[in-house]
Amino acid sequence: MSATTTDATLAWDDVLAAFDPVLGLEVHVELGTNTKMFCGCATEFGAEPNTQVCPVCLGLPGALPVVNEVAVESAIRIGLALNCEIAQWCRFARKNYFYPDMPKNFQTSQYDEPIAFEGFLDVELDDGSTFRVEIERAHMEEDTGKSLHVGGSTGRIHGATHSLVDYNRAGIPLIEIVTKPLRGAGERAPEVARAYVATLRDLLKALDVSDVKMEQGSMRCDVNLSLMPKGTTTLGTRTETKNVNSLRSVERAVRYEMCRHGAILKDGGSILQETRHWHEDTGITTSGRVKSDADDYRYFPEPDLVPVAPTRETVESLRATLPEPPAQRRKRLQSDWGFSDLEMRDVLNAGLVDLIGETVEAGATPAGARKWWSGDIARRANAEGSTDVASYAAERSITPAHVVELEGLVTSGRLNDSMARQVWEGVLDGEGSPTAVADARGLELVQDDGALEAAVDEVIAANPDVAQKVRDGKVQAAGALIGQVMKAMKGQADAGKAREIILAKLTS
Amino acid sequence: MAELTRDDVAHLAGLARIDLSDAELDRMVGELGVILESVAVVQQSPIEGVEPMSHPMPIVNVTRPDVVRPSLGADAALSGAPESDQQRFSVPRILDED
Ligand SMILES: [Zn+2]
Repeated sequence: MSATTTDATLAWDDVLAAFDPVLGLEVHVELGTNTKMFCGCATEFGAEPNTQVCPVCLGLPGALPVVNEVAVESAIRIGLALNCEIAQWCRFARKNYFYPDMPKNFQTSQYDEPIAFEGFLDVELDDGSTFRVEIERAHMEEDTGKSLHVGGSTGRIHGATHSLVDYNRAGIPLIEIVTKPLRGAGERAPEVARAYVATLRDLLKALDVSDVKMEQGSMRCDVNLSLMPKGTTTLGTRTETKNVNSLRSVERAVRYEMCRHGAILKDGGSILQETRHWHEDTGITTSGRVKSDADDYRYFPEPDLVPVAPTRETVESLRATLPEPPAQRRKRLQSDWGFSDLEMRDVLNAGLVDLIGETVEAGATPAGARKWWSGDIARRANAEGSTDVASYAAERSITPAHVVELEGLVTSGRLNDSMARQVWEGVLDGEGSPTAVADARGLELVQDDGALEAAVDEVIAANPDVAQKVRDGKVQAAGALIGQVMKAMKGQADAGKAREIILAKLTS
Repeated sequence: MAELTRDDVAHLAGLARIDLSDAELDRMVGELGVILESVAVVQQSPIEGVEPMSHPMPIVNVTRPDVVRPSLGADAALSGAPESDQQRFSVPRILDED
């Protein structure tokens, strides 16, 4: 094992000049079901070790697995959202291998009869163009247990004396989504890989089938890559880089493997078909094990489970539950809300789309919803280490209704803009609803025209030179007078109204 | 059916993580060969036009609702383990893999 040696890499431009990359992506998604794939054990993340296990998921003799109906429905919905065909009839298979993370000595998976096959996902790239990712299959399987290697210094297996296994995760439903070999991405291959995983993540989130948290491992990506010398069409030998678990890493891993393959091939060497390990810290991959052939897994139909044969009525009723595709939804909302591309991107990056949607639905203007949710509250959430405004707000019981109420106070003329800001601050400080804060802080525009007129008269009398300029037609000079009036009114006046009165007195 | 070779047996032993000595390998080639030969008789069955069967009952779609049922509890789960530590199953380290 040569985890410390660094492989040679070819310069990026030289790779592109000589080779075309062929990408393949395998994404595993843990479903968010209450129970495991084949037993009623809970799937709670972070439970005490081995507290969510039973004879079925421990592989004890005589246990009988039974398929989770919600997991099958989720698999079908995922397949449909990926524009796949749904199998009329398919079986589970045993994938035999000996490793302590699988107590049964086989993983129950699907082999040549996946529940969903032959689909595609259109992926939008940074330049606005679309790349169609062909999907080969999406199949059902189960997750493995988690090993803790002890005795070594780093928690890794090297130097470990033994491993401690927790089977809480063993048997949690997984959907594995496999693309066809993707050609023609060229220099955009790293970007295509990242954009595909991001688009898939958004889609799965919209389907509400998984929490798709890459950092917690509920969505994991394996990157297959090979290079074809330019002008040829025969696929090269591929490597499979395992567990690339962030969007940025997906992009970096593709790029790194392209450069590593390029260096070997340019030297006349050949690629070893193997799994590679991705190292987030150094941005390189290292050799893993030589990949087993499918033969080595001795797949055979699982005799303890009967086939899954969804009726076409079931499939169609599940199709009716599909959400609007996220990309389409974004475009529709942007146009409904009248946001510029930049505004929409900011809103998306800040994760505010749903919150703004709810706020608009509750009666606010889109511009108002965007303004209040992306201003002070985003800064505060950020300062307190929260990246998610929606949950920050929810924790403090700040709701879309508050924004609607605040906006109402402005449009009704009770508050001007700077007062509204003060009120919102009070709401964020937990002082109550906007009306309550405005009442408590005595914030209210003076509606008494008499007081305002008196202030205007005083200011005109105190600034005869300026007043004369306005009389002479220099209307912009009124600004100085308005400022003085607002000051005299301690900010609690409508500046527009003050201007009206000043102009009426000086120019009519 | 092709003859089982010594390499086949060594490969299978590797996959099963069973460490066989040279003498044991030689013996296994013979013993497994006899078993395969005996079972090979079924390959003489007339199966033309017979669909492969993976389950004796012609039933499909046996599912259960997604409702949590009680688990074993860690003590019971670990009671059959030869060794445990930190409420986990303790197993020998697996060589040659990461
Ligand atoms: Zn279980």
